[in-house]
Amino acid sequence: MTRRHIEAKINGDNCDFLCESNETLLSVIRNQLQLTGTKEGCSTGDCGACSVMLDGRLVCSCLTLAVEVEGKNIDTIEGMSNGEDLHILQRKFLEHAALQCGICTPGFLIAARALLEKNPNPTETEVRYWLAGNLCRCTGYHKIVEAVLDAAEEMRG
Amino acid sequence: MSDTVAYEEKKLKIIGTRPIRPDGVDKVTGRARYGADINLPGQLFGSVYRSPYPHAIIKSIDVSAALAIPGVKAAITGDDFEDMPSQFIPVGEMVVNFRDMTRNVIAREKALYDGHPIVAIAAISESIAKEALKHIKVDFEILPHVIDVVEAMKPGATLLHEEQYTLIERKRLGSEPTTESPPKEPSNIAKRLTWEKGDIENGFSKAHIIIEKEFNTKPVHQGYIEPHATVATCTEDGQVEVYTCSQGHFVIRSQCAKLLGIEVSKIKVIPTELGGGFGGKNNVYLEPLAIMLSKIVHRPVKMVMSRNEVFRATGPSPAGHVKVKIGCDKNGNIVAADAQIDMQSGAFPGSPLPQATITCFTRYDIENVRVIGHDVTTNRPKVAAYRAPGAPIAAFGVESVMDELAEKLSIDPLDLRIMNAAKEGTQTYYGVTFPQIGFLETLKRAKAHKNYNIPLEKNQGRGVATGFWMNIGNDTTSSLNVNDDGTIALTIGTIDVAGGSRSSLAMMVAEEFGIDSDKVRVTTGDTSQLGFNFVTAGSRGTFAGGIVAILAARKAIEECKIRAAKTWNVPLDEVVWEDGYARPASSNVGGFDPLSLADIAKNATKTGGPIAGHSEKNVQGAGPGFGTQIVDVEVDKETGSVKILRHTVIQDAGKAIHPAYVEGQYQGGAVQGIGWALNEEYIYGDDGKLQNTGFLDYRVPVASDVPFIDTDIVEVPNPYHPYGVRGIGEVPIIPPTAAIANAVYKATGIRFNSLPLSPPKVLAAITKK
Ligand code: FES
Ligand code: FES
Repeated sequence: MTRRHIEAKINGDNCDFLCESNETLLSVIRNQLQLTGTKEGCSTGDCGACSVMLDGRLVCSCLTLAVEVEGKNIDTIEGMSNGEDLHILQRKFLEHAALQCGICTPGFLIAARALLEKNPNPTETEVRYWLAGNLCRCTGYHKIVEAVLDAAEEMRG
Repeated sequence: MSDTVAYEEKKLKIIGTRPIRPDGVDKVTGRARYGADINLPGQLFGSVYRSPYPHAIIKSIDVSAALAIPGVKAAITGDDFEDMPSQFIPVGEMVVNFRDMTRNVIAREKALYDGHPIVAIAAISESIAKEALKHIKVDFEILPHVIDVVEAMKPGATLLHEEQYTLIERKRLGSEPTTESPPKEPSNIAKRLTWEKGDIENGFSKAHIIIEKEFNTKPVHQGYIEPHATVATCTEDGQVEVYTCSQGHFVIRSQCAKLLGIEVSKIKVIPTELGGGFGGKNNVYLEPLAIMLSKIVHRPVKMVMSRNEVFRATGPSPAGHVKVKIGCDKNGNIVAADAQIDMQSGAFPGSPLPQATITCFTRYDIENVRVIGHDVTTNRPKVAAYRAPGAPIAAFGVESVMDELAEKLSIDPLDLRIMNAAKEGTQTYYGVTFPQIGFLETLKRAKAHKNYNIPLEKNQGRGVATGFWMNIGNDTTSSLNVNDDGTIALTIGTIDVAGGSRSSLAMMVAEEFGIDSDKVRVTTGDTSQLGFNFVTAGSRGTFAGGIVAILAARKAIEECKIRAAKTWNVPLDEVVWEDGYARPASSNVGGFDPLSLADIAKNATKTGGPIAGHSEKNVQGAGPGFGTQIVDVEVDKETGSVKILRHTVIQDAGKAIHPAYVEGQYQGGAVQGIGWALNEEYIYGDDGKLQNTGFLDYRVPVASDVPFIDTDIVEVPNPYHPYGVRGIGEVPIIPPTAAIANAVYKATGIRFNSLPLSPPKVLAAITKK
């Protein structure tokens, strides 16, 4: 199979890679760009562990073909903190003990940030429905929802 | 109890606070490395050809076309593994028969379930490995199959194992059990286990009311978000290194050593971060295959399961068919209780039958009890432990019958349980006499809880149920080193199975020393660094891991006192350890300034060398765990959907080291229980193939399905832990199924005896009514 050469931006940095036409963005991020913070829980779009931002849009990277990202900006969990400073959501997840095994955490953080960018003052129900595409088997969601609501409040100032 | 470590009441500084977990930053930044995140230079990729049939003789396997594909480096089948004799060895929460385990890892004469591994391939890329699978030719002779547990028990049912004769085990409290002659015909019933106490017939003859019901539950999967993954390397001189995400790297090592005929010292297992296990990652699946492939190619072989493979071929919990009969006198005192639990174990024997039968009635103090259990093989994946393995299946029946009894006797359902609750001194039907336990406290607090008294509206109902788990200790080791600046390095052999045990262990060690918990760095050691550790299961991580960490700390503190005595040139008994300092025992000793841990560490070279402590122990004295849950539901009569309005978990933790993690366990377990009650089930087609092999059709609860889960931590100390800790992880999943079914009854007037209470089932029942 011939491989395509793709140029894009990941977490603000230029990157390029060769990929097969059926290769997923998730596979490229994890295996070629070696950013393993984005997780694979299902590869069918059902768990949200692979959530990334593509040109500011929340996508499942397991359902996105790598060839589609030519010229686009990809944002992953590795780009979420700002130097020494964790993103408020990251800090709130820690403070609220909103993670246990943590395999779902990168996906939840990416999805939650996308929510708060759209809706800085979500209700509990809005948080729950927005995050319904992200599965967590450990926490029962309680502390995740609390952390997101608390982060929203702090971000509103 | 001999060989236990006693509870001491003392003022606590660290324990009970909520520091940030040490693995937290790695987990919120994507740095934490899980199974599939490990890559080694030169690695190959392995993949598995799995049986498309539930039951078939493997007549021949041809891998030549697959091997001819450029980039395919090796192919293995069951023939590459030594056959094993039939021997039952306890491993994890289950008993393992290596004859069966080798066949579960890779099939030999027969494929016994849809998804059963038959060939494993190693190739230079994942896509080539996957492509190669399409070129494997297996000649199957398809056999009839049996999926349902009741069907499998019938005489004349299709047999999975022609040589399997029912093993009879009978236990009777206080006297010799009556004997029972073993059946002469082979069957799918691998074992029949009976527990008896008192006189069941006589007990029922005194009953004023008897309720007898039958219940069915479906297999549900642990549903960890991280699929199984491993990377194994075997060198030319036979040294094996395995990275894997498991709940017990020492047990993985033992199993691999046995299955591959390799000395234990030649295998090093390095645990990765674990992306959820809940009992499902106690045993090997991919590891022996990856090692065997690497043994041929001498390159690292990485294997990662797809979600489809996880569902089809790793352990779900069993399906259960349960009969429960309970009799009460006029006042509600239980006079006799009888149950039969038929559990589907999957392709090989070994369901959590002992746990299901032991926990069945054990919350209650009952004079006359009988529990009979059957372990039944069926053409499904071999079951694995799942959080309180077996207990929710039995509790669904028992707690539903308790609810009905309360209703018929016009007693509040919590009062009926309070009246019959086991307490300190109650002897269970399996022999154990309870030490101090907190069951009654959970019930009383439930009764007084504000959520028990909120008025309900139309189509709403409230249900309660309780749960019990015995908890375990077992082999545990840890090693503690005082660093030269007085900070601590603690190496543990249990896995942080997500509950935050690294944090809890650091807190206990910090409390012992009298220093801040961030001065203690906890690392999970690989198998070459510590003595054997049992799998982290049965709610033992913080309890047993805590005991050895505390004992290691106490040894190091004793050594610190010796060093202070040396420094001051006074006898050892004139030095005490207080709040992070060695101090003179009294002013008579001399006017020495206290020595901090840092002072002592700095001078360690001069006073005798590095300071350390370690502990290796078969930890005893796990405190039994009990919980009560209250659930309010609303049933939509148009769609049959059940909405959880409120869910309250009240459970005895003994002592919450880090209360946020205890709440997290209560909430997470309860929501898994909600999934079990409302949606989750394995669905098989007539062809014996699993039909819902992804999260789209196997629906675990999502954030919008559940409310906040209220928690109330009861603390009745375990007398056999220095801080009173009990295991807490298992109990929360036990009550939800019955509590929800009881609540749905209140909302609809319909009793559901089979799970899940999915919308179509509920709607059909409402329409029929
Ligand atoms: S891995 Fe993409 S949604 Fe699960
Ligand atoms: S923390 Fe384990 S899956 Fe969410």
